[in-house]
Amino acid sequence: MQPDDLNRIAKQIRLRDLQAVFEAGAGHIGGEMSSIDVLTALYFRVLRIWPDQPKHPERDRFVLSKGHVALAFYVTLAKRGFFPEDEISTFLKPLSRLNGHPNCNKVPGVETNTGPLGHGLPVAVGMAKAAKIRGAGYHTYVMTGDGEMQEGSNWEAISSAAQFGLNNLTLIIDHNRFQQGAALKDTNNLAPFGSKLASFGWDVTEINGNDMSEIVPALEKRTAAPHCIVAHTNKGQGISFMQDTVDWHHKVPNAEQYKIAVAELSETL
Amino acid sequence: MNAADITPKLHDCRDAFVFVLERLGAENPDIVAVCNDSVGSSKLGGFKSKFPERLVNVGIAEQNMVGVGAGLANGGLLPFVCGASCFLTGRSLEQIKADIAYSNANVKLVGISSGMAYGELGPTHHSIEDFAWTRVLPNLPVIAPCDSIETAAAVEWAAAYEGPVFLRLSRVGVPDLLPAGHKFQLGKANLLRDGDAVTLIANGTLTHRLMKAAELLAAEGIEARVLNMATVRPIDVDAVVAAARDTGAILTAEEHSTFGGLGSAIAEVIVAEAPVPMEILGVPGIFAPTGSAEFLLDQFGMAPSAVAEAAKALISRKSGRA
Repeated sequence: MQPDDLNRIAKQIRLRDLQAVFEAGAGHIGGEMSSIDVLTALYFRVLRIWPDQPKHPERDRFVLSKGHVALAFYVTLAKRGFFPEDEISTFLKPLSRLNGHPNCNKVPGVETNTGPLGHGLPVAVGMAKAAKIRGAGYHTYVMTGDGEMQEGSNWEAISSAAQFGLNNLTLIIDHNRFQQGAALKDTNNLAPFGSKLASFGWDVTEINGNDMSEIVPALEKRTAAPHCIVAHTNKGQGISFMQDTVDWHHKVPNAEQYKIAVAELSETL
Repeated sequence: MNAADITPKLHDCRDAFVFVLERLGAENPDIVAVCNDSVGSSKLGGFKSKFPERLVNVGIAEQNMVGVGAGLANGGLLPFVCGASCFLTGRSLEQIKADIAYSNANVKLVGISSGMAYGELGPTHHSIEDFAWTRVLPNLPVIAPCDSIETAAAVEWAAAYEGPVFLRLSRVGVPDLLPAGHKFQLGKANLLRDGDAVTLIANGTLTHRLMKAAELLAAEGIEARVLNMATVRPIDVDAVVAAARDTGAILTAEEHSTFGGLGSAIAEVIVAEAPVPMEILGVPGIFAPTGSAEFLLDQFGMAPSAVAEAAKALISRKSGRA
C-alpha cells in the first residue's frame, strides 16, 4: 500500500476515533491523533499479520504500551478486520470489551494488557528474546509515549534489549511533546531521546511521525542493534484547534468543536 | 538410638525445584529460566550450564524481569521467572498484576527465600507480605509447598498447567512429610494427621512445626487434625469447612504477616461457611527484628510447644467448654 492510500486510511481512522470520543464522552484524543499515522502504517503495510488468525505463531508482534490511546488501536484493528467495525460504537459502554485500555483476552489482535505506563517495552523485549531463542522470524514493534519514557522500567528494558542484541525489536516513541498535565519539557524533560537511546547501544532513526513517506521506511528498516524510531509528532494532529496544546490530552469536543473537527478531517478524504 | 536416627534429614526446597526444572528442561525446549542476577540464590547454575541459551538473566531489574517473562510466554516459551520473593513480588507487583495475572500469561513466578529466610538481613529482605499481595490477583494460583516432595510435585504441576502460577519457596531446611510419588493438586489440602479436638493448618516451613505440635498434644491425649494447605488461592473451601464442622476449632500458622495470608484466606471461609473459634499465628503485623527464620518463628509463638499451648487455649474457647 502506497503513502497516499495509507494517508486516506489514517484520515478515516482519525474520523472514526473522533466520532467515538464524541459519542462516548471520553478518550485520549490528543495522543490518539498523534499516533494514528504510525498505527496505520503498521497495520496496513508493515506488520505480517493474519486478522483471522490473531494468535498465528509467526505473526509480527505489536504492543501498544501507551494503552490509554486504546481507541485509536481499536479503530485500527477493526478496520484491519480483527473484529467488526460497528463494535466501535460500544467503546466504554457497560460490559463492552472495548474498555479504556486494551485487553488481550477479549480483543483479538491485542498482545498484552497495557494501561499502567512503562509495561509494554519490557514485554516486547521478552517477545523479541523469545524469537531469538526459538529461531522464529517475527519482528516485534512497541509504541510508547514520550512522557511514558519517564517510567524507569523502560530504561531497564532498553538496557537489556541491547545486552540481548535484539535486532528484531523496534521501539517507536510517539514524541508529541506533551503529557497529561503539561509539556514534557516542563515536567521531566527526557528529550532528546535519540542520543540517550544511542548511548544505550540502540540504532536510532528520527522521523516526522505524521508523515507516511518517513514512517514506512523507518518501520521497515532493519538494523544491527535494537531500533528506536523517535517519531516527532503533533498532539492532536489533523485537528487544528487540538494541535500542540496540553488541554487536549483527554478533553472531549463539544458539538461545535466536533463539527469543525469533522469538517477538517473530511476535507481531503 | 543415636541422634541421626531420630533427626529427620532437612531439605532445601530450592534443590527439588531446580532438579525438576532441569529434568523438564531436558524434555521441553520451550522451558526457560528468567532471573534478576539471582543465578546463585535461585540455584540456576545447573540449568545455565545445561541450557545456556535458555537462561535469561536481565540483571538487577525485577520490573523488566516480570515483563520479559510475559513477553517470552507470548512468544511461545514457558518461562519460570525466579527471584528473591521480596523483590519479585514487591518490586514488580504491578507487572505481576497487569502483565501476568490480568493478561493471563503462561508464566511461572518462583519466589525464592520467602518468609523470613533472610531473617538476619532485616525487613527489607523479609517476604512476609507476598501472600497478601498476590492472592488478591485473579488468575494467579498461590502455592507454598511444605517439603521437597511437594515442591517437586508442584513444579511438575505448574509446568503442565496453562496459566500464571506463583510458587513461594524457602531456603530453610524442612523434613519431608508427604509420601514419595505425591501428586500435587491445586486447591487441595493434604490430611497429614487426623483428630477431632482441633485442626491445625499450615503450609511452607510451618507444616512440620504443626506436626510436632500435634505430637505434643497427642502426648496429652488431645488429637489434632493437621492439614497441609500449600494452595493459598484457590483456598480449599471443602477441607476448611469439614475441619470446622468435625473439630470445632481452627489454628493456622504461616511464615507471613497475620494480615492477608493463609490464615486470612481460611478465616474468610470460616466467617461465611462455618463460624468456629480460630487462631491465626504468624508475624503480628510488624516489621520483624533480626534473627534467623527459625529463631523468629519461635519468637512469634510458632515453636511446636507454643503452638500446642495456643491450640489448647483455642480448644477451651469451643462452645460449651469456655
